[in-house]
Amino acid sequence: MSVHDIVDNLQGGWIGGGGPESDVVVSSRVRVARNLAGMPFPHLLNKEGADQVVGLVRKASEDERFLARAGRIELVTMGELSAEERQVLVEKHLVSPDLLNQFEHKAVAIDGEEKISIMINEEDHLRIQVLLPGLQLNEAWQLVNGVDDALELNLDYCFSEQLGYLTACPTNVGTGLRASVMLHLPGLVMANQVRGLLATVTKLGLAVRGLYGEGTEAVGNLFQVSNQVTLGRTEEEVINNLLLITRQLLEHERGARAGIYRERRELVEDKVFRAYGLLKHARILSAGEAMRLFSDLRLGVEMNLLTGIPPELINELMIASRPAYLVKTGDGRKNNYEMDVHRAELIRSRI
Amino acid sequence: MHITEIMNSQTRKIHLCEQCARDLQAQSFGFLPQFEIHNFLAGLLGMGPGTAKSEERTEQAACPDCGLREGQFAQNGLLGCGNCYSAFYEQMQPLVKRIHGHDRHTGKVPERTGGYARLIQQVERLKEELRQAVAREEFEAAAGLRDRIKELEKGIGQER
Ligand SMILES: [Zn+2]
Ligand SMILES: [Zn+2]
Repeated sequence: MSVHDIVDNLQGGWIGGGGPESDVVVSSRVRVARNLAGMPFPHLLNKEGADQVVGLVRKASEDERFLARAGRIELVTMGELSAEERQVLVEKHLVSPDLLNQFEHKAVAIDGEEKISIMINEEDHLRIQVLLPGLQLNEAWQLVNGVDDALELNLDYCFSEQLGYLTACPTNVGTGLRASVMLHLPGLVMANQVRGLLATVTKLGLAVRGLYGEGTEAVGNLFQVSNQVTLGRTEEEVINNLLLITRQLLEHERGARAGIYRERRELVEDKVFRAYGLLKHARILSAGEAMRLFSDLRLGVEMNLLTGIPPELINELMIASRPAYLVKTGDGRKNNYEMDVHRAELIRSRI
Repeated sequence: MHITEIMNSQTRKIHLCEQCARDLQAQSFGFLPQFEIHNFLAGLLGMGPGTAKSEERTEQAACPDCGLREGQFAQNGLLGCGNCYSAFYEQMQPLVKRIHGHDRHTGKVPERTGGYARLIQQVERLKEELRQAVAREEFEAAAGLRDRIKELEKGIGQER
């Protein structure tokens, strides 16, 4: 499967949904930062140096022992992709937005299942990332760890005994590990408890981010929780801490949903079926409105109020109705009005 | 990008480079505001003792491996190469501690190259001890250290 096919495939990876605790946890992500010894970090590399890094990683990923341990990954330079293809990879979360800047220097390697992506010449020479649906932090870390070991068979990493893996930014030094979960928390938002809970989580050394819209409210009730500290804690400690706190949030979210449904059943049902009606019949949908409606629809699916809508369809539509994908499928329709019409058409045809 | 974190009931302000600020939000769906970043990390450098000298250093200090100047780091918050951590040790050590609350890696060690790195580090440490022992005129201890260094260096030679 080529990276071009991956761009076109809207069912792959975390988008396919499922996984444990997927009524609240949309996806789990683990990434590590690695650099090659004896070479300046990417921001100091010229094109020749950057190509050298890409070449070394390519060679390491084609080695038989790598293939035996980690399987086949498809490496493509960002320059080989069109601007739209690059943007779609960002919206599928397979690469970070940074890979679009100075893209001639950069490359990405992705496995056929779209679980593993290795970004080359991002802030560090390598960013090995695994993204899985549902709550699968340990599984994601095991996969990252295996790919890391397999690459290290042929790559000399920049490592110091005192500071661990050396990274371009001191905020990543040590394990280079960032683990995060994407949570859907409509119950806590409705119950007005989300602020307090997330403030508590921040005090426990984790970073919380809503996916912000134009205002300050989280769009689509989606929140990302991740670790901040990368030095002085083992990978397992970081993963377990995040896992523990995620489980707590999960219980609170389920409690909030059940409580609201018990007290104000119609309020929940109205939200869900209103969203269903709008998504099914609206003729113009902005990106922000679509995200809000997807959240309400997702809640209906997660609470078994709505049947016949698979959760992966919502993930898929969420990506498909983002601007990059609309441009890609929109036959030249590019202004806001045209995009909103195209978005509504696309959603209507699927729900 | 600043993140305020409260840890061990201490409020710490963490300055992140633009990239890491974005990276923390990498799972976003594109609804994020664009961050305007200027002197992040710079604020944490040149603080504390020796501040007066820091301007002077900015003029001169550069990493011998990659040529990155201290001033450049203060500007974009990114180091130039792995050796920058030791080239700017005096400034990086407290900065790293301020960011993470720790100053020693306890996590994974690379399978193949890690052991080698560990040996090198161990030799470096013993050499430092040796220097100190000689300075204190503790010649018996120095002789013992010299033997251990020789033994380890033999091991390094074999790993190569
Ligand atoms: Zn950074
Ligand atoms: Zn350097």
